[in-house]
Amino acid sequence: MLRQLEGSQAVARAVTLCRPQVIAAYPISPQTHIVESLSDRVRTGELEACEYMMVESEFGAMSACIGASGAGVRTYTATSSQGLLFMAEALFNASGLGLPIVMTVANRAIGAPINIWNDHSDAMSMRDSGWIQLYADSNQSAVDLHVQAYRLAESLSVPVMVCMDGFILTHAFEEVDLPEQEQVDAFLPRFRPQQALDPDDPLTIGAMVGPEAFAEVKYLMHVKQMAALDEIPMIADDFREAFGRASGGLLQPYRVEGAETVVVALGSVLGTIEDVVDTMRDEGVAVGVLGITCFRPWPVDEVREALRGAQRVVVVEKAFAVGAGGIVGQNVRDAVRGSPVQVYDVVAGLGGRPITRASLRGLLDDVLADRVDPGRLYFLDLDHELVQRELERARHGERPGPHAENMLRALGTVASGAYE
Amino acid sequence: MAFQEIKLYQTGTFVAGNRLLDPEQRSVQARTGRSNSITSGHRACRGCGEALGARYVLDAAMRATEGKLVAVNSTGCLEVFSTPYPESSWQLPWLHSLFGNGPAVAAGVAAALRAQGREDIRVVGQAGDGGTVDIGFGTLSGLFERNDDVLFVCYDNEGYMNTGVQRSGATPPAATTANTKALGDHPGNVFGQGKSVPLIAMAHEIPYVATATVAELRDLEYKVEKAMTFRGARYLHVFVPCPLGWGADSADTVRLARLAKETGLFPVFEAEGGTLTEVSRIRTQVPVEDYLRPQRRYAHLFGDHPRPDIVARLQAKADRNIVRFGLLPEGDE
Repeated sequence: MLRQLEGSQAVARAVTLCRPQVIAAYPISPQTHIVESLSDRVRTGELEACEYMMVESEFGAMSACIGASGAGVRTYTATSSQGLLFMAEALFNASGLGLPIVMTVANRAIGAPINIWNDHSDAMSMRDSGWIQLYADSNQSAVDLHVQAYRLAESLSVPVMVCMDGFILTHAFEEVDLPEQEQVDAFLPRFRPQQALDPDDPLTIGAMVGPEAFAEVKYLMHVKQMAALDEIPMIADDFREAFGRASGGLLQPYRVEGAETVVVALGSVLGTIEDVVDTMRDEGVAVGVLGITCFRPWPVDEVREALRGAQRVVVVEKAFAVGAGGIVGQNVRDAVRGSPVQVYDVVAGLGGRPITRASLRGLLDDVLADRVDPGRLYFLDLDHELVQRELERARHGERPGPHAENMLRALGTVASGAYE
Repeated sequence: MAFQEIKLYQTGTFVAGNRLLDPEQRSVQARTGRSNSITSGHRACRGCGEALGARYVLDAAMRATEGKLVAVNSTGCLEVFSTPYPESSWQLPWLHSLFGNGPAVAAGVAAALRAQGREDIRVVGQAGDGGTVDIGFGTLSGLFERNDDVLFVCYDNEGYMNTGVQRSGATPPAATTANTKALGDHPGNVFGQGKSVPLIAMAHEIPYVATATVAELRDLEYKVEKAMTFRGARYLHVFVPCPLGWGADSADTVRLARLAKETGLFPVFEAEGGTLTEVSRIRTQVPVEDYLRPQRRYAHLFGDHPRPDIVARLQAKADRNIVRFGLLPEGDE
């Protein structure tokens, strides 16, 4: 049924339809609306036979999910930013134990400087945690990915995080087609845990493993993620059949046929990029865009295939490896290794900075005119003058003070909220 | 009921020998049908207080719950010595996740059981003092505050023994550890204000809090069984000497545990809803020196350069406990 809903409300409804039995969550913006709504749904009885745990931290939230999942029930949590990092140790533990927990990550920047707005530094920092990572480009996609995430997690006994852009999606009202309960029940079978704490069949879970088997256990995690590359498209096919719309899958190509230049990106920025692509296509420029829905596992063969024929690949990403370069870009380079394609690493939208059509158009014009050096990390819309001023300032005086505060002062009233 | 003869009586104490008790009062360990939740063959050190404590705690809990029990374990000696796979010692469902999250994991298990309508299955969380009073403290406080239906047991051996005997928030003043050596003017660990998690647990006003030692194992079993009669968060703090970490003779584990209580250094008590209900009184008061001398971690107090001043401060600490908890035998106060 079509409804006009806030993204968080839509996700809370989707999660409710999946019937989790334990939800453990700790507040952090911009994920809070999701778990507030779920708390209501447990209290009113709309979500039956579910325990909602108000834990003392995100570390506690993920740990409670580990316990609950270990006891054999479907579990859910949501977090963002610092919260995801505070969970880090438990994230690796959940994946190492093979517990099919599903979590929403309302993507948000990581401090310092503290910043509540959207980028992908949080999820990207956990890309090697052993969790499957799916990125939603719209609220409809977020709803659908949650339903698919449970099926995926439980079929492989692997945890899945569904990433959706904080505020841009979580707080945006959009038209969303919510599935019916019967449809979800038919699509998502009852959870049959691969392992469970049961006095009638006492198992030891979480034993110490030494060099004799550690590599094999870790290798098995890799094998399962590789299996997810087959499983995800099959689940997307089943989903299309059951719900009548295409959603999920590994990649989301848009007008890549015959494209000489392909933009690669994840999340909500895809819509803006598609608009730019449409405009440029109308002008006769052969551009397309490849959306990455599944970033972990990395669909290396599918990306290589999708980018076959492109001469330039512009990776626009909302995070970067400080001191190294692009993160998605690095993975894309791996996929196109051996082919003559030129890969550009572009960092954009950090800490909530809008990625506008004008900026993207300017970027693509610069790339096409060879004004961008593909050998160097490119920062879209960076205020170079502000950076130079601060570097200059820092060269003088014995204690030049903190950069962030100095740069805010240099910006003046713009920094107080009047960002243009 | 089937019983087997075991030696539980302890010479030099007033603890009743098991064989002298009525069958109903005998230790769970005397029953051939005991669960052996942590079974033999594990790799604990000789004389390990924690292995002894865990055995009594879990078998008593198994008896109280008629075998419907799940154990969650924080990282530490108990986890390491019991599970070098495939040699798990656990004969009950057992989950280990991390060092600092045992209480949260246990709470998650309890929530899952409740959601499934399986509240007949009970949950025990276990950790050493590091996993309880330090790194797991936040999640433990959360468990208490939410009053989750978990019995959380701390096996307190007063240091990070698994990592090579470093100081924890439960290490007593003046004790030497790998990072509180008696060097220069430093007499081992600092004289801090202490960190009593039993008292902190009481401040959360949870249904039941108790302390116990491995010197009085029937008392320990009694407290476990009593804890299982309550619903909600319960906390049991068990004093478990560590021969390796304390530099003590393996044969002295039970003796040291008894001396810790009889000096007043480790008060043994019970509390319900935040109020002290019972104290286990000292039978024969002994000076702290009797407890300190057999332990190499206090050797610097008695060597060529003795520190009677520090011993006096430790005695003052014991005396303060005696007054605070009313530990002297009735009539001696």
